[in-house]
Amino acid sequence: MSISRRRVRAIFRKELREYRRNRSLTVGMAIIPVIFCIQPLVNVFTLQSAASIPLRHEHVLLYMLAIPALVPSFVAAYSVVGERQQGTLEPVLTTPIRREELLLGKALAALLPSIAVAYLVYGLFLACVELLARPGVASALIRGPDLLAQVLFTPLLALWSIWIAILISTRSADVRVAQQLSALASLPSVALTTLIALNVIKASLVTALAAGVALLLLNRIGWRFVSAAFDRERLITGTR
Amino acid sequence: MSSNDRAPEPELTGLRRQSGGGAGRAARAGTAAIEASHLAKDFGGRAAVADVSFSVARGEVFGFLGPNGAGKTTTVRTLGTLIAPTSGSATVAGIPLTPENGVEIRRRISIMPESPGLYMRLSVTENLECFADLYEVPDPGGRIARALRAVNLADRANDACGTLSKGLRQRAALARALLSDPEVLFLDEPTSGLDPVAARDVHELITALSQSGVTIFLTTHRLEEAERLCDRVAILNTTLRTIGRPDELRDQLFARTLMVRTLVPIPAPGRVFGGLPAVDSWHQDGPAAYVLAVSDPAVAAPAATRALVAAGADVLAISESHHSLEDVYLELVNQDEEASRR
Repeated sequence: MSISRRRVRAIFRKELREYRRNRSLTVGMAIIPVIFCIQPLVNVFTLQSAASIPLRHEHVLLYMLAIPALVPSFVAAYSVVGERQQGTLEPVLTTPIRREELLLGKALAALLPSIAVAYLVYGLFLACVELLARPGVASALIRGPDLLAQVLFTPLLALWSIWIAILISTRSADVRVAQQLSALASLPSVALTTLIALNVIKASLVTALAAGVALLLLNRIGWRFVSAAFDRERLITGTR
Repeated sequence: MSSNDRAPEPELTGLRRQSGGGAGRAARAGTAAIEASHLAKDFGGRAAVADVSFSVARGEVFGFLGPNGAGKTTTVRTLGTLIAPTSGSATVAGIPLTPENGVEIRRRISIMPESPGLYMRLSVTENLECFADLYEVPDPGGRIARALRAVNLADRANDACGTLSKGLRQRAALARALLSDPEVLFLDEPTSGLDPVAARDVHELITALSQSGVTIFLTTHRLEEAERLCDRVAILNTTLRTIGRPDELRDQLFARTLMVRTLVPIPAPGRVFGGLPAVDSWHQDGPAAYVLAVSDPAVAAPAATRALVAAGADVLAISESHHSLEDVYLELVNQDEEASRR
């Protein structure tokens, strides 16, 4: 089976245009990162320099990996059931597009703004820490391996959340239900990154490599699995 | 669409010529555009469509009529590869209807659903750009411009679809359906919600498309629309009730009759109408009105006129009764309702 890049690009571009003009979606995408930014910033600003020593044994920055785990699920959960409710899904499905192409286009369209938002928030957070935190705190928080992990794991985690959310979206009959279930389904990823950030799960190069390979595989399988679960007939008629 | 800037025929014929079609289209030229054989679709044990068989010739405008819930949309969705038939077989654009051929069939057809299904936040052009890429049409810009001109929507190309009236949205959906230069175009209630002028423009567009070789499969509730546009019609009510040219259906269902009206009642009508050539029977339908069941009106009418004049009757009118497609439709649907009550 060959994948048409042009059709994937058509869906990707259309989705981005829709996101840009859908205020409720853009507001929803902005709120979660702000919530995840405020509390750590307040904590960091109140920390004394002496507190930087225990910080060196934690990976507080990884706590923010919750952003790519949660933000894309909000838009991806909308992608199929939202179109179905608007009545725009049927015309798309009458075209020669394959379900794999449709879902890939939708996943990439959810991935790109999610990564952009996540990296933007990281940048703002790091800038605030560097400029406003007490001496010692910034150097204890901002460490090369943590930054690298954050940069690399952001797209992997985001894509995994997207496949779960699209899967839920293809099986849901209501946008709000899909979004709530998708947020719930993202919680295991959030819990895992939080446990690593708090050093409950020991972060190491081996852990990182294992998690990276697992996520790569899951994402590959996720695309195929969600494509198989995408049932044109059920989506159009509501019965099967 | 105003008449001074409308030029659908050359535009659409141009679309068809440009996409060519090549050897594949030529090879399929001899086959019917659509052939359905004993097609059936059940939803949870309830039959939506049962044992439907018909054939649509290339370039034909085929009307598909039936009451709400008769299975029209289900049939269109089945032929459009959106849903799988429970049983039966079909070919669409010369290609067997199988799950493996879904993409290939959808490349050659276009479906305009009853609800336009446009992206309301996007402009008309942005909507069409998306679909031009989904169909991978060559020269998408040119094709979009031609499709918009064909439905006379070029001046609203940059407006968001959400700001358009229902009629304009319907036109945008029609432009979208034309983008891929389809061999078979399925139109589900294309004039629903349109004012009479806009509906007339859509009718002209359908005629022009048909003349350029596009096969049109038209589902509609507007019987006068079907009668005016369609070469043949089928009436569906879960099963196929009848199929044929509108005039054929009238002749099949209704006896041909002559209506005779005189100034005063004829004293002995039996002596006037009895034994006339091509008159099978007669009955009185009012004090000075008579209905003659005839086998050939061209023979019966002059004979009846001569007999009336010979009898000294003052003839007001002799006319052949006309049954519309609506009469045919209502007769068949009423028969179904009565059968279901029994």
